[in-house]
Amino acid sequence: MEEATRAAVAARARERAWRGLWVPLLFLLPATLLVSLFYLLPVATTLYLSFTDISTVTFRNPQWVGWENYRDLVRDPFLGRILGNTARYVSLTLAFNIGVGLLLALLTSHVPERAGNPVRALWLLPRILPPVVYVLIWQGLTRESPFGLVSNVVGVSRNWITAEPWTVIVLANGMVGASFGMLLFTSAIRSIPADLFYAAAVDGATAWQTVRRVILPLLRWPLLFATAYQTLSLLTSFEYILLLTDGGPGFYTTTVWSLHAYKLALSNYFGNVQFGMGAAMAAVLVVVGVVVSVLYLRLFNFKALVGEPKIEVN
Amino acid sequence: MRGIEVRLEGLSKHFGRVVALRSLDLEVRAGEMVAFLGPSGCGKTTTLLLVAGIYRPTTGAIYFGDRRVDGLHPRDRDVGMVFQSYALYPHLTLFENIAFPLRLKRRPEAEVRAKVSQTAELLGIGHVLDRRPGQVSGGQQQRAALARALVKEPQVLLLDEPLSNLDAQVRLQARAEIRRLQRDLGVTTILVTHDQAEALAMADRVAVFSTGEVQQYATPLELYQRPQNTFVAGFVGHPPMNVVRGRLEDGTFEADGWRCRVPRLSYRGEGYLGVRPEDLRVGGEVEARVLVAETLGREQLVTVRVGATELKLLAAQADGFAADSVVKLDIPPDRVHLFDAAGRRIG
Ligand SMILES: Nc1ncnc2c1ncn2[C@@H]1O[C@H](COP(=O)(O)OP(=O)(O)O)[C@@H](O)[C@H]1O
Ligand SMILES: [Mg+2]
Repeated sequence: MEEATRAAVAARARERAWRGLWVPLLFLLPATLLVSLFYLLPVATTLYLSFTDISTVTFRNPQWVGWENYRDLVRDPFLGRILGNTARYVSLTLAFNIGVGLLLALLTSHVPERAGNPVRALWLLPRILPPVVYVLIWQGLTRESPFGLVSNVVGVSRNWITAEPWTVIVLANGMVGASFGMLLFTSAIRSIPADLFYAAAVDGATAWQTVRRVILPLLRWPLLFATAYQTLSLLTSFEYILLLTDGGPGFYTTTVWSLHAYKLALSNYFGNVQFGMGAAMAAVLVVVGVVVSVLYLRLFNFKALVGEPKIEVN
Repeated sequence: MRGIEVRLEGLSKHFGRVVALRSLDLEVRAGEMVAFLGPSGCGKTTTLLLVAGIYRPTTGAIYFGDRRVDGLHPRDRDVGMVFQSYALYPHLTLFENIAFPLRLKRRPEAEVRAKVSQTAELLGIGHVLDRRPGQVSGGQQQRAALARALVKEPQVLLLDEPLSNLDAQVRLQARAEIRRLQRDLGVTTILVTHDQAEALAMADRVAVFSTGEVQQYATPLELYQRPQNTFVAGFVGHPPMNVVRGRLEDGTFEADGWRCRVPRLSYRGEGYLGVRPEDLRVGGEVEARVLVAETLGREQLVTVRVGATELKLLAAQADGFAADSVVKLDIPPDRVHLFDAAGRRIG
């Protein structure tokens, strides 16, 4: 009798544990499917292709070549320059985007709406221009006298894209990119209760101390998000470089990793498009992206940012 | 005695077309605790923020002692303030919240530690200093906000509805605690509240506000005994005073359907009669019908109808007031307040 009861209790407990497990799994299923299909599968495909010699020539019959593509990458005499360019491009543009975005957000949210809104709207303009048109405007502005505005203003007639390719690339990217942070930070600053600013003033804070000790700590989450998101998109973006300098002037002067990969994999100089090699380069980017993300999460102390869940499940 | 005298002269504040404060003259003595009392939206917080230096006055001047401060930045005014929302920094522990004003002044670490723990102990929150504001109770948040205001030993302390977010029990305790602390420290204090009991209980003097103006500025007892107009009469005291519109003749007050004897005045014509529920008694000559009796515990609040007028009276719980029964009311002439047609006190 007692034996039977105990068995029944155990069975019920097992059943409850099982039910407790499969309900959350069921809820996770749609997201899991989507993530697998659109994120994990492409990464897996890229990784697979990077270990083959697939190209226009071998398209029908690609061979497994192991680490060959990666070995080629390391042997590339321009590897150092491309890596350097990539680091330079990502860090300078990122610094500009976040710095100017933050500055704009701080300034436009501390002046009357009438002045702040138009400034923000102005900064959004480049974002709604087609990139090709936007780059054409830059090319026009940076031409020699008497057509180039920059040449006219500075008083030195030059093609500024050839003379200062990095400055132009960072500025052209940054004028678009900064509005992302600007919008994000503006809304975050707006959501800080006015009382906190009053309290800081009464406590004796200067404007700078208020920014440094109250606003910035409260912007940690949007700052992390903008930094991580823009790092990753900058690592993989090359369209403005392609249109402005096409990686030049000269040999690989402004060629970054993703542009190089694009050229190898999709628009090879020699007509033979090396998908396998491009995939290897893309795979390296994936690894770099993951490493950088983990570093950011550490840096911004992500665990502390994520609060306790507001709704309890089970 | 650390407090300093605070003087407001012709102070006004407009927000575009909204007049939040209209020409305020008021003086708070050194070490005194003054309450700004009034309904919501009457300009109390605006006045406090003007004194703190968050807002600039549209007109007028603010003096701390002999020093004119209305042009100074808040950090140069030496005030401490507790906000209605407490405005604790959510990303800092209570310790760092309280230490904030000292850190801004770059005080040595040892001094910061000593002052913060001393102030925190004084307010009984020494054991929760390592927590964030979100992880402590409302009462503890309120004390932390008070500690942050006091830690820099200000000359002027501003409290904006500091107790209104607390539950009733904690509120009574905090009321006494703030008052004791204020006396001990001798800091000149302005307390903003919409709760008349709080104002009467805590303050040396009370300024009653209504729509951007001070109606009366007096001690709690004087407000209760000699309200200067019908607004103050109706706002101060609980349950509120009965204020009835009618005609004042020679020694009598005549309302819709009834009359009573009042002190002789030279004033004749339209006016108001005020009488507190606790001053009304049974056993006179005014006939009234009982509508309802509410038990308050020790006493009962009885609503009666006299002519077309409803009056409230406080009576001992033991007295029987059956609904619909008729009682004779005594309205003692020496206890009535008389106001002219504009609501100003005349006797
Ligand atoms: N920053 C502001 N801008 C516009 N109107 C305001 C502002 N602050 C207060 N007011 C208005 O001024 C009046 C007084 O407000 P306030 O001083 O906050 O009242 P109280 O604290 O007595 O409830 C209200 O009508 C309010 O709407
Ligand atoms: Mg208020």
